[in-house]
Amino acid sequence: MKDMTSPPAIITLEDVHKYYGDYHALRGITAEIKQGEFFSLLGPSGCGKTTLLRAIAGFEDISGGRILLDGTDMEGVGANRRPTNMVFQSYAIFPHLSVGENVGFGLRKAGMGKAEKTRLVGEALEMVGLGGYGARAAHALSGGQRQRVALARALILKPKVLLLDEPLSALDKKMREQMQSELRRLQRQVGITFILVTHDQEEALIMSDRIAVMFEGEIAQLAPPQDLYRRPASKRVGQFIGMMNFLPATVLSEAGGEVQVEVPGLGRAGLARAQCPGPAAPGAAEIGLRPESLTVLFDGQGAERVAPGTVEEVTYYGDMTYYDIRLDGAPNAVSVSMRNMPGRPVLERGHTANLAWDARAMVLFG
Amino acid sequence: MKGRGLHVYAVLYLVFLYAPIILLPVFAFNDGTIIAFPLQGFTFDWFRALATTPALHEATLNSLFIAVTTAVLATCLGLFAARAATRYSFPGKAPIVGFIMLPLVLPEIIVAISLLVIMLQLGLSLSLWTIIAGHTLICVPFSIAILQGSFANMDRSLEEAAVDLGETPLSTFRLVTLPLVMPGIIASLLICFTISLDEFIIAFFLSGNEPTLPVYLWGQLRFPARLPVIMALGTILVLLSVVLLITAEFFRRRGLRRAGLPDSGGFL
Amino acid sequence: MSQSSGLAKALRTDAGKGLILISPTAIFAMLLLAAPLGSIVLLSFWTQNFLTIDRTFTLANYHEALTDPLYRSLMWRSVRISLSVTLVTVLLAFPIAYFVSFHVRPSRKSLWLFLITIPFWTSYLIRVFLWRVILAYDGPVNGTLMSLGIIDEPLPWILYNANAVIITLAHAFAPFAILPIFVSLEKIDRSLLEASRDLGEDKIMTFFRVTLPLAVPGVLAAALIVMIPTIGDYVTPQLIGGSGGTMIANMIHAQIFALNDRPMGATLAVGGMIVIGSIAMTLVLLTRRWTRPR
Repeated sequence: MKDMTSPPAIITLEDVHKYYGDYHALRGITAEIKQGEFFSLLGPSGCGKTTLLRAIAGFEDISGGRILLDGTDMEGVGANRRPTNMVFQSYAIFPHLSVGENVGFGLRKAGMGKAEKTRLVGEALEMVGLGGYGARAAHALSGGQRQRVALARALILKPKVLLLDEPLSALDKKMREQMQSELRRLQRQVGITFILVTHDQEEALIMSDRIAVMFEGEIAQLAPPQDLYRRPASKRVGQFIGMMNFLPATVLSEAGGEVQVEVPGLGRAGLARAQCPGPAAPGAAEIGLRPESLTVLFDGQGAERVAPGTVEEVTYYGDMTYYDIRLDGAPNAVSVSMRNMPGRPVLERGHTANLAWDARAMVLFG
Repeated sequence: MKGRGLHVYAVLYLVFLYAPIILLPVFAFNDGTIIAFPLQGFTFDWFRALATTPALHEATLNSLFIAVTTAVLATCLGLFAARAATRYSFPGKAPIVGFIMLPLVLPEIIVAISLLVIMLQLGLSLSLWTIIAGHTLICVPFSIAILQGSFANMDRSLEEAAVDLGETPLSTFRLVTLPLVMPGIIASLLICFTISLDEFIIAFFLSGNEPTLPVYLWGQLRFPARLPVIMALGTILVLLSVVLLITAEFFRRRGLRRAGLPDSGGFL
Repeated sequence: MSQSSGLAKALRTDAGKGLILISPTAIFAMLLLAAPLGSIVLLSFWTQNFLTIDRTFTLANYHEALTDPLYRSLMWRSVRISLSVTLVTVLLAFPIAYFVSFHVRPSRKSLWLFLITIPFWTSYLIRVFLWRVILAYDGPVNGTLMSLGIIDEPLPWILYNANAVIITLAHAFAPFAILPIFVSLEKIDRSLLEASRDLGEDKIMTFFRVTLPLAVPGVLAAALIVMIPTIGDYVTPQLIGGSGGTMIANMIHAQIFALNDRPMGATLAVGGMIVIGSIAMTLVLLTRRWTRPR
């Protein structure tokens, strides 16, 4: 991950609102996207992430607030004049043009000579791994190839920001994984800001420097992937990113930066204030715990904090096994993930198990 | 097997459909003044007679002028409307588009007499232009139907991509939209031309002193002696329509191939 | 926010652009369709004496149209002929639409459709005239039947009457009927038929219980598409209808050109439109009821 301490903001969003008739699609988005970072807009469908991307690109007018690109207010600036370029979800490759003509499309207005254009197109195609494809007909390409053409076509214009609208959703799993690492490599190589829209949280975690999680037109949390995963700002964010177990808990006291909680099934624990995104007032609350934060103890293993339980369900994935374990005294089962190692048995339903748990991995909601 | 029976039926049905048309060349080349069997030898006389009839030439020129003008006008109006209908939503869209498409479901005689009545009321003299107006009215729905298909088949983000890459709406239309919609435009021109060329009722009601080809044909039908010549004329007209239609179909398929889309079978 | 005027902003919106774009065509349709239709409705309420039009509002024309047995029987005959044509055309069209949809390879389907529609694009006038030739007393049909020994004398009832009109119109409007039925048959998910077979039905019952009901919207669309233009047809009744096969369009023409009674012609046209409209509306409502989920 890059050091993000001092780069300037390339995009500033100030209280951006967007209405479609009565429907409030963007509700006061405020954020800064830094120069050179790989930024993702993540959320379920309908949350407004694509609307926001298109507003930055200039395809949607905003109803309120400001969008600043490199310090300049983009109000009234048409999409064709903004220093952004977009890779569309359908790639939008012009079927009546060749690959080379597609990539060089935006150079028409630059007024450069044919030789110069050909050189730049060749370079752009090399950069995306399609060297020599210039003469091919654009409508005969595969999905992955089209995406690369779309990338080359956008990057050849050296935009300040590259916008990507769910670029990988149309690809199959293998292709998607390959393109994820390609996009990251490309972004580092080119050095410009990428803004990616996706509904796939795994994808966002893999590729991004920072992620803005959006629900219903608002940013729920804006943070680097690790912070998002380990310290979700709300239960909803915790549920959306990865898997999380939720257990009812009671806040006993809050004093001097430490919050005492009682969790039926696990025990009593003291949490740091940083682990409590909410007010942490005494009373009923919920604890969030990732499956990998709980460990099944096998023969001969011990831990500082142990909780007994019974195995309810076993799901075997090959490299991992997920157990649903009902803790004694807890109202619901928790999901525990264990790496499968040689010599380590896979438990069966009905077995009893002892779980080791770490209070440092807990997040308190409410 | 049911399949066999249906196949036979289908072939018989096609024979039924084509039977009258096949008779055209048969009697156009027949050396006899009565349209009946048995055939009496081969001749080009009737075709030669076509070449020496000035009234026929005049009617043909009228028809061609009307057809070309109608095709261009109807396609232009159809372009505007088809684009508005596929790309934008606006208040009253369904009623407006529905109204423009209305001539498709009105019997032509209603269109013909209402145009006639208003022109007489307004004191307008009937001329080729009144026929062009009527033909354009009934061709626009066909043009819209064809062009709507073309626009719908075109990925919307193609135009957005062009704008994103720096083009203005006008240059986007020229560089991206027009080339991709061109097969539809050509098909529309050809179809409207064919419809106008063959159209009878509106031309019949609205023609002043300058008849179109079908109106001229109608006038000739009551002279039995002219029948074989009409057969010859009919042969040429049918051949022309078929050639135009095959051309339109060729362009339609080429358009689909260029856009890399599957064939869904026909204009309609 | 911006300083641009309210109108400029409105015109930049989706709705504004759409309205501007469609306005040339819409205005054209207004002038050439709305205004003329309006004028014949207006005309139907006036009367004409020789060459002058009397503009006093009157319902006399409608009264005459509704009470005079000539007009009533003519309208009724037009409806009857049109319904017969619709019935014959749709019945004949269904098997071929079914054939192309279910028994033709997908790559060949558009070829078949193309072949079926070619005759439609040739001159209607010529085709009607050809039927007159074919069905004539000394024409090919009679000639062939006589030489085959099936009949001794030429059939008198195949020309210059309503039957001839029905045959000719059925031929002319065949493609109109085939295409909508074909479209709705194509839309049927083939796995529905397989499911029916899987649940125990044989091929014939599958057709009646699954295919046919799902094809009904297409059949009704075909009926409408054939019925509406045929009621108002002029050329076919004029050329081959004789006296027993004339239809309402011929009378409208006669009123305007021969009898110099334009308002009456307009009245008959309006009356015809109302009749067509009601029948069409009934069919549409039928379609709605049929396709509504039970």
